[in-house]
Amino acid sequence: MSEAMDFKVIGTRPIRPDGVDKVTGRASFGADFSLPGMLEGAVLRSPHAHARIKSIKTDAALAAPGVKAVVTGADFPQVAAGAIEGGEGGGDFADLAGNVIARGKVRYHGHAVAAVAAQSRAQALAALALIEVEYEPLPAVLSLDAALAESAPLIDEGLMTSGLPEPATAPSNLASVIEMGNGDLEAGFAEAALIIERRYQTPTVHQGYIEPHACVGRWGQDDQAMLWCCTQGAFDVRSMTAKVLGQPVGSLKVIPSEIGGGFGGKTTVYLEPLALQLSKKSGRPVRMVMTREEVFRATGPASAATIDLRMGFSQDGKITAAEATMAYEAGAFPGSPVGPGTMCVFAPYRIANFRIKGMDVLVNKPKAAAYRAPGAPQALFATESAMDEAAEKLGIDPIELRLRNAVEEGDSAIYGPKFGPIGLRACLEAAAAHPHYTKAKDAGVGRGVAVGFWFNVGLQSSAEVHINEDGTVTVIEGNPDIGGSRASMALMAAETLGVPYESVRVVVADTETAGFSNVTGGSRVTFATGMAVVEASKDIIAQCCSRAASLWSTDEDMVEWRDGAVHPRPGVNVEATPLSLKDLAGQAGRMGGPLLGKASLNARGAGPGFSVNLCDALVDQETGQVQVKAFTAIQDAGKAIHPSYVEGQLQGGAVQGIGWALNEEYVYSPEGVMENAGFLDYRIPVASDLPMIDTQIIEVPNPGHPYGVRGVGETPIVAPLAAVANAVSASAGVRMTELPLSPPRVLEALDQA
Amino acid sequence: MQGFAYEAPSSLDALRARLAAAQGAGELTQVLAGGTDLLVQMKQGQRAPGLILDIKRVGETQALTVDGESLTIGASVPAAKAKAFPLVAEAFPGLAHAIDLIGSSQIQGRASLGGNLCNASPAGDTIPALIANGFEAQILTAGGLRTLPVEAFVTGVGKNALASGEVLLALKAPVPGPRSGDAYQRFTPRTEMDIAVVGVGARLTLDDAGVIASARIALGAVAPQAFLAEAAGAALVGTRGEPEALEAAAAAAMAAAKPISDKRGSADFRRRICGVLVKRVVAQALERCTTGGAK
Repeated sequence: MSEAMDFKVIGTRPIRPDGVDKVTGRASFGADFSLPGMLEGAVLRSPHAHARIKSIKTDAALAAPGVKAVVTGADFPQVAAGAIEGGEGGGDFADLAGNVIARGKVRYHGHAVAAVAAQSRAQALAALALIEVEYEPLPAVLSLDAALAESAPLIDEGLMTSGLPEPATAPSNLASVIEMGNGDLEAGFAEAALIIERRYQTPTVHQGYIEPHACVGRWGQDDQAMLWCCTQGAFDVRSMTAKVLGQPVGSLKVIPSEIGGGFGGKTTVYLEPLALQLSKKSGRPVRMVMTREEVFRATGPASAATIDLRMGFSQDGKITAAEATMAYEAGAFPGSPVGPGTMCVFAPYRIANFRIKGMDVLVNKPKAAAYRAPGAPQALFATESAMDEAAEKLGIDPIELRLRNAVEEGDSAIYGPKFGPIGLRACLEAAAAHPHYTKAKDAGVGRGVAVGFWFNVGLQSSAEVHINEDGTVTVIEGNPDIGGSRASMALMAAETLGVPYESVRVVVADTETAGFSNVTGGSRVTFATGMAVVEASKDIIAQCCSRAASLWSTDEDMVEWRDGAVHPRPGVNVEATPLSLKDLAGQAGRMGGPLLGKASLNARGAGPGFSVNLCDALVDQETGQVQVKAFTAIQDAGKAIHPSYVEGQLQGGAVQGIGWALNEEYVYSPEGVMENAGFLDYRIPVASDLPMIDTQIIEVPNPGHPYGVRGVGETPIVAPLAAVANAVSASAGVRMTELPLSPPRVLEALDQA
Repeated sequence: MQGFAYEAPSSLDALRARLAAAQGAGELTQVLAGGTDLLVQMKQGQRAPGLILDIKRVGETQALTVDGESLTIGASVPAAKAKAFPLVAEAFPGLAHAIDLIGSSQIQGRASLGGNLCNASPAGDTIPALIANGFEAQILTAGGLRTLPVEAFVTGVGKNALASGEVLLALKAPVPGPRSGDAYQRFTPRTEMDIAVVGVGARLTLDDAGVIASARIALGAVAPQAFLAEAAGAALVGTRGEPEALEAAAAAAMAAAKPISDKRGSADFRRRICGVLVKRVVAQALERCTTGGAK
């Protein structure tokens, strides 16, 4: 791409195409769909955090009024182990199937044990109470320490640790170990003038999407099935559900609804296979909708983590060595995001000597799901807290300290590849110059700085561009619109084709209408699906040029596309008026048929995203309560296609990160029952808890995308944890290393200061 | 949620008769005012009444009047209406603030003070403010009316003093005289949409010389029910609210508090916050004695 592009519509802020339906309530979400004769499904969930299922009796439930079908683990095939590709959460199909419905054992409180379909929800709930399950309770493993203890109860008796230098000889709760390193660690520490060594801890948190999981499943007598559901990826729902049910992928059609938030938590399946199996048994469509309590008890969460960090610094602030031992809770099945955590933990910095160890650890809690930059917020909370403490102890400005170590284009990332153009330095410089940073702090206020990082991914995407007979444009793609992507796709199509934004309509289609696309996740859609839309638009342009050349009886290389029309190239001696999309589409019936452009690709070159956050916080010294007084999020977007939605991502990520830092946590009873499974006691921030989140978009174009885009959706949640904790530590006068910074914890720290 | 019958009597007599009939027939009856607690509890399966008696059409429960020396707030008056009532806003700013903490604006359009009191949550926001202000509960009985101070009306977690067949009709308090002020503050991790970890209400009245002549301190969320911390009030009487007096009041309140440890805070944390809030609330009420209060 050229350095200075002259955009017509990219970078403007038009109204989103899906906006009116969403603000008027007409948009259709997961629970809104219904079919004639539809039954309502409900799930019986485990009352134990860990227990063996000795028997399940369903006769009474099946005989209850209105009940048409009951399913248990016995109704589902055994699924062979195999890696789930292309998702953000990753994991294994066998574990996925085991999480959808328990077989033999329940591994967490809330684990699905059976499901019922009845004519009404009340009947379904009444029938659940008639299912008799005999359990043999087992001791629950509820913390990393308990899970890794010598004689810990085994959650999966067959689990052998992978990734060890020597194969494991006995099962344990340690699913896998990841190790990487470079240089001479001890020499690096020997060189250090200052060593920061601390343990950092973060709690289990939930993505907190406002829309609970919901779906309608309909199984046909010809074994062709349909699913309507809210998801971040209809194709992923299709492959996962087909695998859990032992069906061919082609027999299942998935129609995504609008989505009320996901943040990674809707990249997997919970209800969908149950609804279809109930539909198969009953011969009727089945709707299943989770309550908020079920969402907390059985979906999400993001892993709790314990990170032991050791970082060495020279007197002038250069990192001489860094070591991290990172343990993440996987929940009841392997698959925490400790892998990306290990890759992110030191990613923003040039470090010659480092060693990183990651551990994926089973505990009797819900199976962890992807949450916005999975694994990175926990990791960077540790590193950026240590950087802040080092800056304080070395007497170096915290932004300056980071500038002295920041990675730049051409550096090798600690996880391998060489960085292309990246925006870390530009973000740090913008932060140093920002009025938030240069203005004096109010009395008692602490100011925190932190850096955020996320890789961003590419993966597979498809798009079709249809030119209608009046020249209007329909874009068909397969990624549910979770953050304004319809608007971004329309802007990129309009820019490429040279038509007004308003003439482009973007359709998020089902799995039999759109070409295959990986999940809406990894901050990949504006980048990768956007690239497919641009390429499909270029396909249209090529066809238009070909048709015009033929009409003008000249060669294709004698014409060019400019301002939304085919023109003879300057100097080409053809008597012709330019032909617009409208002209050519109107004549399609005489000129080779409908104009249909398409592209399918496996996008490479996703540019990594860096951010810098600034936070001012005030601690009430008597109560430990924290007030966030000011917050600024600065991030490299490559190129902001629709700046308002980029700003929205920055603000939303900041708010989620502030919640993670201040009050969000799963509170468990000693028996492993979550005690705060509702939004009253699981405290995401409310509007009055927050200052206006100020934003600044930095644009260091990504050469891997035709318009310079790099993903922006996930990086925003990475820096806030440490930005808040650093501000609180400064205001409290004591270093806070364990989240959340709830009033009791801050007060306790103040006592010990 | 189970099916149920719904009736809305339109007079005291009709309400009393229907209650008696329901009692005779053994119907599990639940009184409805705003329903903001009841409907949630029914949806969660915590209550399954056979009969719901809506009292909003009974005129006495909708009263919002100043009669000579007393203020009456009917049991089903919406919170939004009560807090906007001029005398409440002017002479009971602490109570008005407590009312404003109930749920959200939308909830306040339906929720009532009577319901907040009958629900008898230890953390109910208006209860300490009502106790501090000396409100009494006016109760419809089978034979007539009886009254109880609010601190005697709440008897435990979710428990009140209403006998079967009785209904709370209204809340009544003396209109404060000059040099008097009230305040209510609660502690919550969030600024809104939250539930009190500790709530403290206070009503102070000064004599001509500016000395505290009477002080009522009420505590919420630190015992099974909100209660009047008499020793805390007594520690203030005869003082001008000097720092030592505030410390003494806080210490008395902390000694009277019997908090539990739960997901919302440990007992120690609650007791400590209780002391902090008592000092802050008393200071605010004291300021209102000179700047606010009834004219």
